[in-house]
Amino acid sequence: MTVSNDPLVQFQHVQKSYDGEVLVVKDLNLDVERGEFLTMLGPSGSGKTTCLMMLAGFEPATHGEIYLAGKPINKVAPHKRGIGMVFQNYALFPHMSVEENLAFPLQVRNMSRSDQEDRVKKALDMVQLGDFGKRRPAQLSGGQQQRVAVARALVFDPDLVLMDEPLGALDKNLREQMQYEIKHIHERLGVTVVYVTHDQSEALTMSNRIAVFNDGVIQQLAPPADLYERPENAFVAQFIGENNRLAGTVRELNGEHCAVETVDGSIVHALAVNVTKPGESCTLSLRPERVITNPEPGSVNNNFQANVVELIYLGDHIRARMSLCGNDEFIVKVPNSAGKSALQEGASAPIGWLEEDCRALAM
Amino acid sequence: MVASASSIESSSTSGVIVAEDGIPLKAKLARTTRRTRLRALLLTMPLLLFLVITFVIPIGQMLLRSVNHTAVVNVVPNFAVAIQDWDENDSEYPSEELIKIFVQDLARARKVREVGKTVGNLAVRVNYEIPGTASIFKSAARKVGKFEDENYREQLFALHKKWQNPNLWRTLKRISHAYTPSFYVAAIDRQYDEQGNIVKKPEKLSIYVDIFLRTLWLSAVITGICLLLAFPISFLMSVLPLKTSNLLMIMVLLPFWTSLLVRTTAWIAILQSQGVINNILVWLGVFGDESRPQMIYNQTGTIITMVHILLPFMVLPLFSVMKTIPPSYMRAARSMGGSWLYSFYRIYLPQTVPGIAAGTLLVFILAIGYYITPAIVGGQDGLLISNLIAGHMQQSLNWSLAAALGSILLVIVLFLYWLYNKFVGVDNLKFG
Ligand SMILES: Nc1ncnc2c1ncn2[C@@H]1O[C@H](COP(=O)(O)OP(=O)(O)O)[C@@H](O)[C@H]1O
Ligand SMILES: [Mg+2]
Repeated sequence: MTVSNDPLVQFQHVQKSYDGEVLVVKDLNLDVERGEFLTMLGPSGSGKTTCLMMLAGFEPATHGEIYLAGKPINKVAPHKRGIGMVFQNYALFPHMSVEENLAFPLQVRNMSRSDQEDRVKKALDMVQLGDFGKRRPAQLSGGQQQRVAVARALVFDPDLVLMDEPLGALDKNLREQMQYEIKHIHERLGVTVVYVTHDQSEALTMSNRIAVFNDGVIQQLAPPADLYERPENAFVAQFIGENNRLAGTVRELNGEHCAVETVDGSIVHALAVNVTKPGESCTLSLRPERVITNPEPGSVNNNFQANVVELIYLGDHIRARMSLCGNDEFIVKVPNSAGKSALQEGASAPIGWLEEDCRALAM
Repeated sequence: MVASASSIESSSTSGVIVAEDGIPLKAKLARTTRRTRLRALLLTMPLLLFLVITFVIPIGQMLLRSVNHTAVVNVVPNFAVAIQDWDENDSEYPSEELIKIFVQDLARARKVREVGKTVGNLAVRVNYEIPGTASIFKSAARKVGKFEDENYREQLFALHKKWQNPNLWRTLKRISHAYTPSFYVAAIDRQYDEQGNIVKKPEKLSIYVDIFLRTLWLSAVITGICLLLAFPISFLMSVLPLKTSNLLMIMVLLPFWTSLLVRTTAWIAILQSQGVINNILVWLGVFGDESRPQMIYNQTGTIITMVHILLPFMVLPLFSVMKTIPPSYMRAARSMGGSWLYSFYRIYLPQTVPGIAAGTLLVFILAIGYYITPAIVGGQDGLLISNLIAGHMQQSLNWSLAAALGSILLVIVLFLYWLYNKFVGVDNLKFG
């Protein structure tokens, strides 16, 4: 891994509009460190691809400047940026064999034929496709095509590789396997990766840091664990992992802690993340797996009686839908361990949670 | 797992895979798909019939007519059979016996006057071979009725000195068959000499080969220009947003909505020496008023007008292929360091080959058989082979020669198609 303090990529106040009416990217500021695996995560249409295309040089930024290795690149043509790319549809050249596909960036660089062959072979071996060099892309499975696309983006040793939903077309098992493979390649080569996905589990699996996009704005930029454990706003809390939301009003604010009155009048003790004053309306965010059924008395400071509306058996755990604090969609994940299945549909059950697990977020 | 493996083995021991009930799988599949195939057949039946009636039969007719001409065998049937026994190397003229048969056939033909079997038909046929002989047949037919019943040859030869030409009789023998290659011989600018050998026609009577070559050359030029003009506009349409590209497409298709004749005559108004373009050029001072360039009634006129008419046939297949090429290919190539031009040449262009192939094939084949436009704006040196074919159909009424020329054109097109298939592959073509 290259060690340097300068970020490899810097977006500075970048804005983008396609039609002159709507800002698709609004004032983007983002530093990508060298060797980092940074994921842009967000729902479809949130501007992730647009950011990637501006970085690659296929879309001009409407405002602001992008720096690559300290140099502004707004006026640099795409083919002079030296950035590897993996596209969602792989964009393998259909009229060339796998080897020819991989040799393309090397030919462009006037590399000698023997060097080309060495590089191509090494790159194919890296993705375990050593024997497939002579085939046409159409003769490969989706997963194999995907690997070729990764190998092709890396074969010319770029400092930076961009990947736009590269696993979107694969089925679930293959997708998970490829996540690990790409992750390992990244760790082995130390290349900087900017990765785009709308799949939060993919982002959590692979990334060093995740930038959560919504509506052209980065909602939060943090390592995966932080993002999951400490979402900074309601959108992130909802988008990353499953989440129960309770609407309420702040009644007491006490340093890091606060008391929130929910719509049905119950008081919930929660962590004050970004609420600022009593009387403010807020959203309480609580992970389903942090809710405890039949809590030991005194072990938690939020205790409620909830009505069990529905139970769904999911093997390793049971999903209970409950009605609580004016929310009919309150989900609780109950581990499927022996003697724990005391819940009955239609009955009421005692539940509770720790103050630290419940986050009060300003709306 | 084990059970299923063994059952597959047992069912395929004889080499033929059989279904549960022992009937070969192929036969069973055929049985289940029979209804589907029957329905497909029924659905295509009307079109099939239509094509047979309007395409297969006429083409068969044309091919037949190019080698089949029955005037001689119909008008003078007995003579046509008998003369085959005459050896033209032995004697200058057929025997008295044969000429008697000829005279009697002529007399009978004049009396019967069956449609298509008149002396006139015979005269026309012989006239194809030896121009200027038609009249002696017609006048002879009028007079043979009064011949004495002896010395037929003498009496006939006394009618006109052309009867004394030994070549006339040799030609009569040669064409006394229902099937004859002579129209193909004529179509490639050849003729029979006095000895019956096929030789080249004199330079100034040779037209067909030159015009065939000119047709091929002009079609190639028109195709090339169409490709050069259509490629950029198709590319543009394929990358523009739908709304703009639709507008462009309408403009490309606009010519289709105007009558061919109207468009062609409009070109006359624009291109003629007192036309719009010439006036502008003179006004701009590019040419003097005296030296206005001739842009119509020659090859230039044919090329300009036909390019205009055939351009959409190039744009449509190109556009339909280009639209399916995602922009990510070019982007991938550029991200890997290829300049725009290099990426275009290495990545984009090869993927448009099916469209280029389809468009050029379409335009070339349309151009090679085009008739109306060159007829109107082509003048003398802008004529194409179709114009000559039409001339033989309508003016000289030599349908067999027209058929022979048409058949040669057909063979050329089939040959080109074969070449295309060899180098591009027909299943690689993409018309839309
Ligand atoms: N070429 C384009 N022209 C016009 N609008 C576009 C174009 N590409 C994307 N957009 C719009 O920009 C917004 C963001 O798109 P995109 O960056 O593709 O989002 P994401 O990749 O996060 O799904 C969307 O509303 C989309 O409709
Ligand atoms: Mg996208």
